Amino acid sequence: MKRALTSGATPVLQVEELTVVLAGRVVLDKVSFALTRGSVTGLIGPNGAGKTTLLRAILGFERPRSGAVRHLGIAKRATARIGYVPQKVAFDPDLPLRARDLVGLGLDGSHLGFALPSRRRRTLIEAALEAVGASGFADKRVGRLSGGEQQRVLIAHAVIRHPELLLLDEPLANLDLRSEREIVDLVAGLARERKIAALVSTHDVNPLLGAMDNVIYLARGRAASGGVDEVITTEVLSSLYGRHVDVLRVHGRFVVSAASGDLLVDASTTSQAEPREQ
Amino acid sequence: MFSGFMVNTWLAATVVAIVAGVVGFFVVARGASFAAHALCAGAFPGAAAALVLGTSTLGGLVAFAALGVAGITWINRKGRRDVATALTLVTLLGLGALFLSMASEYAPEVESLLFGQILGVSSSELVFLVLVATLCVVTIGVAFRPLLLTSVNEDLGQTQGIAPKRADLAFLAILGLATAMAVPVVGTLLVSTLMVGPSAAAQILSPRPFVALMASIALAATTAWLAVALAYRSGWPVGFFVGTIAALAYLTARASTSARRRC
Ligand SMILES: Nc1ncnc2c1ncn2[C@@H]1O[C@H](COP(=O)(O)OP(=O)(O)O)[C@@H](O)[C@H]1O
Ligand SMILES: [Mg+2]
Repeated sequence: MKRALTSGATPVLQVEELTVVLAGRVVLDKVSFALTRGSVTGLIGPNGAGKTTLLRAILGFERPRSGAVRHLGIAKRATARIGYVPQKVAFDPDLPLRARDLVGLGLDGSHLGFALPSRRRRTLIEAALEAVGASGFADKRVGRLSGGEQQRVLIAHAVIRHPELLLLDEPLANLDLRSEREIVDLVAGLARERKIAALVSTHDVNPLLGAMDNVIYLARGRAASGGVDEVITTEVLSSLYGRHVDVLRVHGRFVVSAASGDLLVDASTTSQAEPREQ
Repeated sequence: MFSGFMVNTWLAATVVAIVAGVVGFFVVARGASFAAHALCAGAFPGAAAALVLGTSTLGGLVAFAALGVAGITWINRKGRRDVATALTLVTLLGLGALFLSMASEYAPEVESLLFGQILGVSSSELVFLVLVATLCVVTIGVAFRPLLLTSVNEDLGQTQGIAPKRADLAFLAILGLATAMAVPVVGTLLVSTLMVGPSAAAQILSPRPFVALMASIALAATTAWLAVALAYRSGWPVGFFVGTIAALAYLTARASTSARRRC
C-alpha cells in the first residue's frame, strides 16, 4: 500500500548540489542526481574520487557543507529504508558468528538483549539467505567464507529488512571474474524483483555493463550522471577530468585513456586509475 | 578447603570468573585484549594510592580504571588506538611507581594485588563484588546485539543507528569496572588473562555467538576454581595457576579444532 502511494514520480533518493569537505578539502563539489525504484546505478570513479564519501553522506555519516540528501522526498534518514555494504569489511576468521547470525543482525542488530529464537525470525533469515544463494554456507563462520560468499552474506544482511535503497561500496573488489558476474547479477535481480534502487560503486565501469541502468561518474569531486552512453564519452569525461581523455570501446568494453597514454579505467590497473597532475 | 573463610573465596572466585567470561567474550570479539591488559595493569596504581592514603582499595582501583578509560578514549580521538592505550598505560604505571615508593612498608598487600590472593575476601567486599558483577553482566546482556554488530564492523552498526564511539566507550567503562573488581582476587597482572584465555578458547570451540558466550563463562569459572583449589593445596599464588590454565585452555582448543579441521 505504501508502495503504491509513493511509486511513480517520487525518486527513492535525491541528491541536490551536495558539497562535502573533509579535512579542508572539497571532496564532493555540488553533486546532484536522483535514483528511482527498481534501477541499478553504477557509481564509477578512480580511487580517491569520493565514491565512499558520497555513500557515507547519503547514509548521514558525513555532514555535508551544503546541499541536501532527500529520501523519498524527505530530508531525514530512515535507517530501515537503507541497506549498506561498506567497502572492505574484514572478518576475523575466529569470530563466533555464522553467516546466518550476521544476517540476523541485519534484521535486529540494534535491538537490546539476546535474539530469542522464533519461527518468524528464522523464516525471515532463511528467506534472506535463500535470496542471495547463501543457504549452503549459512552455518559456517563468516570469517572463513570466500570473498564472494562474504559479499553475498553482507548483501543478505543489508536487504533483510526490505530497504528501498541499497548502497554497495566496491562489492566487486578482490573477486574473480565469475564471482564478479554472480554478484552483479544478484544485485540486478534483487533491484528488479524488490523494486530497490541500487547504487553500486566500482572503479571499473565494465563489470556493470548490461546490468546497470544509469551511471554516475565521479572525478575530481564532480559528478556526471545519466545513461551509460551519455556519460562515458570523450566529451563528458574530458570535462570531468579537466584534460583530454579518449573513451574507446573495445569488444564491448570501455577503455578510458589519457593523452599521455595512462589508462584511467581498466579492470587490471587500479594503481594507474588516478590521472596524474601535469 | 570448602569451609569457614574459604566459602567467601570460592564465591568471590566464581563471581569474578562469570564477569571475566562475559566481558572477556567481547574483549576477544572486539580485539581489545591490549586495552583489557592496560586497564588491569593501570588500575593497580589506584590500589597503591589507596594503601598510601589508607582508603578503600576497591575505590582506588575503580578510580584508576576510570582514569584509564578516560585516557584511552581521549587520546584515541586524535591518534591510533594502540598508541592511546600504551600512553595511558605507561602514565598510570608511572604513577604506580611513585605511590609504591611511598608505600614500601606494605609489601605483602602489594604482592597480593599483583598476583592475587585466595584469602581475606570479607563479606562486605563480597557484597560489593556481587553488585558490580551484576551491573557488568546485565549491561553486557542488554547491549549484546549492538556490541556484537559493532564488533563485526562499525559502519554496519552505524547503519542501524548505533553510534560506534558511544558503544566503544560503554564497553570500555564496563571493562574498567570488571577489571577493578577482579584485581584483588586474581591479581592485577592476570585479570586480563582470565578474560582473554577462556573466551578465546570458547570462540574457537563454537561458531555460535550465544553458545560461545556460555562456553566462555564455563571455561572462566573452571579456570578460576581449579586455580583456587591448586593455590590452596600448594600455597603458590592464584595468579600463577590462572595464567597457566588459561593459556592451556586456549592452546588445547586450538589444537583440538585444527585436528578436526571443520567449521
Ligand atoms: N576522513 C577523511 N578525512 C580527510 N580526507 C578524507 C577522509 N576520508 C576520505 N578522504 C579523502 O577524500 C577523498 C575521497 O575519498 P573516498 O571517498 O574514500 O574515495 P573513493 O571511495 O572514491 O576511493 C580522498 O582524497 C581521501 O583522501
Ligand atoms: Mg572507496
